[in-house]
Amino acid sequence: MIKKNFFFKGYRSIFTHDSPAIALTCCFIAIGALFKNLGFNIQESIFSTVLTYALPGSLVMAESMLIGASLLNIFLAVWIVNARLYPMAVSLFPLMMHKSQPKWKYYFSCHFIAISAWLIMKSNYKNIPKKHRIDYWIGIGSATVSVSVIGTFLGFSFSEHLNKDMMLGLAILNPVYFLCMMIGASKTIPVTLSVLFGTILGPIIYLLSPEWSILIAGIIGGTLAYLVGEHSVS
Amino acid sequence: MSANIVYAIIVTSLATFLSRFLGALTSEGIKETSKVFKWFNCLAYATLAALIARTIIFPAGVLVDASYYSRSIVVFLSLFVFFISKKNFVYPTIFSAISMAIINNYI
Repeated sequence: MIKKNFFFKGYRSIFTHDSPAIALTCCFIAIGALFKNLGFNIQESIFSTVLTYALPGSLVMAESMLIGASLLNIFLAVWIVNARLYPMAVSLFPLMMHKSQPKWKYYFSCHFIAISAWLIMKSNYKNIPKKHRIDYWIGIGSATVSVSVIGTFLGFSFSEHLNKDMMLGLAILNPVYFLCMMIGASKTIPVTLSVLFGTILGPIIYLLSPEWSILIAGIIGGTLAYLVGEHSVS
Repeated sequence: MSANIVYAIIVTSLATFLSRFLGALTSEGIKETSKVFKWFNCLAYATLAALIARTIIFPAGVLVDASYYSRSIVVFLSLFVFFISKKNFVYPTIFSAISMAIINNYI
């Protein structure tokens, strides 16, 4: 079963002084307000946040529903936008794999892969014994999902009081927070170059292929950064 | 609950879970010291950076209503706050929300 002390250590990690809780709550406040404007009820809004738990995917679903897209279109659009979660999972789970832990924990907790939880885990995993990292991760994931649900509820409940300026403020907060976190995480040459190349290539490739820009920029930028990093080590 | 909305939520969550689950499944045989792991680490950071840059420069949703200049000014000022606050994540985040609400009315 889940080791409680590591679970709660992970859960508490979201309440530190530089926690993503504020940014995450504000982002989901915006999503909650958007859901209400789309005609969702409170149960559907929270159901969506818990089951999807990925901001870009939720936004794509909302935009697709606005233009009356089919379920297949929604599936493909969300899958393309959220395909970034695949390299994120592959670059995180090997850090947590341990023979003594049952596999269901890994399959269940992959649902928590999202930028905020991923960056918290990447910053803290070295302080946790490898055997218990998965319990710590489940704690982080549970905390970030809880905060997201609270944000969705608040956004849905107070959507009528949020004017355009407030919505804009909430919308810029998310990219700024993650940009700061990415710069903060850039402590090695490959990671620094990955962030730099991704930042440059993302918007450039968007002009050529909006749907695939993030994945293509990630593959080209990440591969270049990896090769330069390997070369500098050798 | 409306059936259409519930189907859309289920389809969205399946599409999202697919990438996560495949990632967890394929990472079973990968060691954290291997070259494949290091490569995927670079891919993940580059993909996230691309997503963030695209969100700021070519936004979707509410941010479309803010001009390119106001978004750029807010991001640069927030990064300035990030560095002078010794890389604290909370101050620039709160600053960005307040400054965007103010600057967008003037630019």
